[in-house]
Amino acid sequence: MDNVLLARMLFGSTLIFHIIFATLGVGLTLMILIAEIMRVIRKDNDYGILAKRWTKAVAILLGVAIPSGTIVAVMLALLWPGFIEVVGQVIALPFTLEIFAFFIEALFLSIYVYAASRLSSLMRIISVFFVALGATASAVLITNVQSWMNTPTGFNVVNGEITDVRPWEAVLNPAFGYTAVHVASSAYMATAFVVASVAAYQLLKPNLKESEKTYHKKGLMIALVFGAITSLWTATNGHTSAVGLHQNVPVKLAAAEGLFVTQPNAPLAIFGTPDPEANRVVGGIEIPGMLSYLATGSRDGVVIGLNEFPRDEWPPLFVHTLFNIMVGIGTLLIGLSFGALAYRIVFKKREYPNWLLIPLIGSGPLAMLGIETGWIFACIGRQPWTIYGIQRTAEAATKSANLGTFFVIFISLYIFLLVITALVMRYYFRRNPLINEFDS
Amino acid sequence: MEAYVAIIIIWLFLFLYALGGAIDFGAGFWSMFYFGRKDTTAASIANLYLTPSWKVTNVFLVLFVVALVGFFPHAAFALGSIMIVPVSFVLILLIIRSAFMVYSYSVQKYTKLFTYISGITGLLIPVLMLSILPIIIGGFVEVVGDRHYILYDRLLASPTLYAHIGFGLSAELFLSSLFLSDYAREAKSMETYKVYRRNAIILGPIMLSMAVAATMTLIPEAIWMVDNMVRQWHLFALSLVVFSIGYSALWWPSRKGRVGQPRVAVLSMVVQIGLASFAYGWSHMPYIVYPKLTIYDAFTNIKMYYSLLWGYAIGMAILVPLFYWFWRLFLKDKRYLTDKKVDDVR
Ligand code: HDD
Ligand code: HEM
Ligand code: HEM
Repeated sequence: MDNVLLARMLFGSTLIFHIIFATLGVGLTLMILIAEIMRVIRKDNDYGILAKRWTKAVAILLGVAIPSGTIVAVMLALLWPGFIEVVGQVIALPFTLEIFAFFIEALFLSIYVYAASRLSSLMRIISVFFVALGATASAVLITNVQSWMNTPTGFNVVNGEITDVRPWEAVLNPAFGYTAVHVASSAYMATAFVVASVAAYQLLKPNLKESEKTYHKKGLMIALVFGAITSLWTATNGHTSAVGLHQNVPVKLAAAEGLFVTQPNAPLAIFGTPDPEANRVVGGIEIPGMLSYLATGSRDGVVIGLNEFPRDEWPPLFVHTLFNIMVGIGTLLIGLSFGALAYRIVFKKREYPNWLLIPLIGSGPLAMLGIETGWIFACIGRQPWTIYGIQRTAEAATKSANLGTFFVIFISLYIFLLVITALVMRYYFRRNPLINEFDS
Repeated sequence: MEAYVAIIIIWLFLFLYALGGAIDFGAGFWSMFYFGRKDTTAASIANLYLTPSWKVTNVFLVLFVVALVGFFPHAAFALGSIMIVPVSFVLILLIIRSAFMVYSYSVQKYTKLFTYISGITGLLIPVLMLSILPIIIGGFVEVVGDRHYILYDRLLASPTLYAHIGFGLSAELFLSSLFLSDYAREAKSMETYKVYRRNAIILGPIMLSMAVAATMTLIPEAIWMVDNMVRQWHLFALSLVVFSIGYSALWWPSRKGRVGQPRVAVLSMVVQIGLASFAYGWSHMPYIVYPKLTIYDAFTNIKMYYSLLWGYAIGMAILVPLFYWFWRLFLKDKRYLTDKKVDDVR
């Protein structure tokens, strides 16, 4: 297999692995903050227990999140030296600032966890606030690089040399705002549904004690309210991202929607397969005019199709499916969370019935799938470019051999660690059952 | 000039990580070595240090990597192709080490097994990292076009590789013992203090002789480097003096009747390692990878250089007070150091 393909596979799989832990790290720390605040407001120790058990989960996850992030950072330099060469000249700032976000997160997390008994409630809230801030800031800063790869600005290229660098203009690239908001909100959303899954699963267990039941119901309530808000928010800023693609990276939007011919009144195609022979998506559902309306605000708006671009600049067409899965999951989870809340609040029901709990168990895995498909879409939809319009992936890649062996080793390691992490979580929370927390 | 300021910043980050990493991985090893021993609390003192600190130590590694590629982006191709094999192994060990160290606290049934896995993988990490040094000195690299290859057969057959490995091992164990002896004193655990003091006494001279061996075995491989090192002799000599002071401090009397002043010893060794590593790095200049790649070739542009400097300055201004608070909470506060309940929060 050729070098470039192996480098892509190795790097892609590392990120697919890292993002699971990173997303939960970003989301859970915010949820811990919410629980700590609820505890003070409601004067209810159940929220304290929620915060404590989520913190334990974070501590376990970080055992893998931090080294896997280190792997991503080092591999980025090893596998994509061509890319790093440009990064170092134009967009090194967010990487630098990210380090300080990591420091803030790591320092305050240790303070929150190991010095908890020596801190007042207010100091605990402040520490966990900085943990959450550091986590979100690191996600936003790394996303800054990713958005710059889609809309590279802040430099000129003269005879293949980079000149006239303007670092801040690169940081404030056109895609930064909407990408960062979408990434943060989707991480919050995904975590909320993972928490909802766990709570729903616990509630389905027979013969729970009353105290355990109310505890899990409180957890589920926080998760559902938070999930409903963030999923709606994710869909709206996802829409903004799509409009941003229309303006800045039209070929990616065209591939996402399977649109070949530039046209006003462009249809929105849901599922199906883009067929370059037929110049349309076959086997899907089409809503006439909808794509033009979404991208430009009017049915008469012209949306650019793939045929405007040379074939060798098309991303792989299967990104259409990835995009559909992400949007589909977003829509589904908005429905599910608002439905569940409406059932409890509007219809004044006190219990969650099984027919509601069972689909809620699926919501967490689905949300994580949304994160994965969204990212894979963002990265593969940029192909064949690493830096859109500037540098092709093949030019960015390392020339060294040996990648095949490492691909096998790393993949096995990731699978092994996923299994071990799941087992450790299970073991720990079985060994320290909730019931023990109430009397302390 | 700018390139030199940048490389000194990189050296500073590397120095901080080398110290932090040696203590961190060494402490992991000692917590394994003394695992389950009823007669000493050496293992739990090591853990007391490790649990809040390993994350912070790890960020220093990332800081070093990010600063290196930020200031010297054009080094990426050469370093990437030389480093891919050793560094990938470091990464593999690193993730196994961190994961199992964290998990060992959560799964009591397998604490012993997990502590062994993380102790041994951690021990190997500095060793592998040190083995990179003889490579970038240039003796074992062949350049064909724009590709760099490591000549593994020559590298593996060369004594300098093993001298460097020996140095990595002994430095890691020495520095961590010394540091933990001071930490044990802070925690008022005299038994443990004695254990780590003894380890430090044994390991100090070993580290020193390994450092000399690593330099001597370098002569046939990279005479240019040794020549430069000779020119820095006053720095090396100074570091030797500081080493002697620090080592002898292990016998200095203290007012409380204890033998040894571990705090003086630790601080001297920090200075000693600083001097020696600076002299070593300075002898390496201006090359990043000998003989093709200098710091001038690899340097970024002036605009980026200044914005990075500002970035680091502002970041550090925020962090230094935070580090101080952290130090007070975990390395000094008696309530933490003597708290028996620490076990159940982690
Ligand atoms: C739970 C996860 C999740 C959900 C439900 C959604 N997204 Fe998303 N989406 C992401 C998670 C995500 C992401 C993982 O965060 C991505 C990958 C890269 C990025 O910038 O954000 C992303 C990227 C991404 C992009 C590409 C941005 C780019 O490449 O520059 C667009 C256009 C959308 N999303 C649009 C939407 C729309 C219209 C949604 C409607 C509901 C939606 N997303 C739901
Ligand atoms: C190219 C992409 C990425 C790189 C280079 C990268 C780099 C890193 C590094 C170096 C760490 C370890 C930090 C430490 O040592 O403490 C890390 C951890 C982490 N990363 Fe990533 N990351 C990437 C993608 C992401 C994304 C997309 C997110 C979030 C959406 C993210 C969120 C996190 C979080 C929350 C942690 C844990 C941080 C900590 O506790 O210190 N990362 N990442
Ligand atoms: C925000 C941080 C991220 C940055 C800066 C980033 C950057 C990169 C770079 C430089 C490459 C290699 C060059 C290229 O193929 O264009 C790449 C490829 C890739 N990344 Fe990302 N990435 C990020 C997040 C992610 C995440 C979170 C995932 C997965 C869930 C992901 C999935 C992939 C995949 C699958 C590839 C291979 C694509 C291909 O070449 O076909 N990326 N990314």
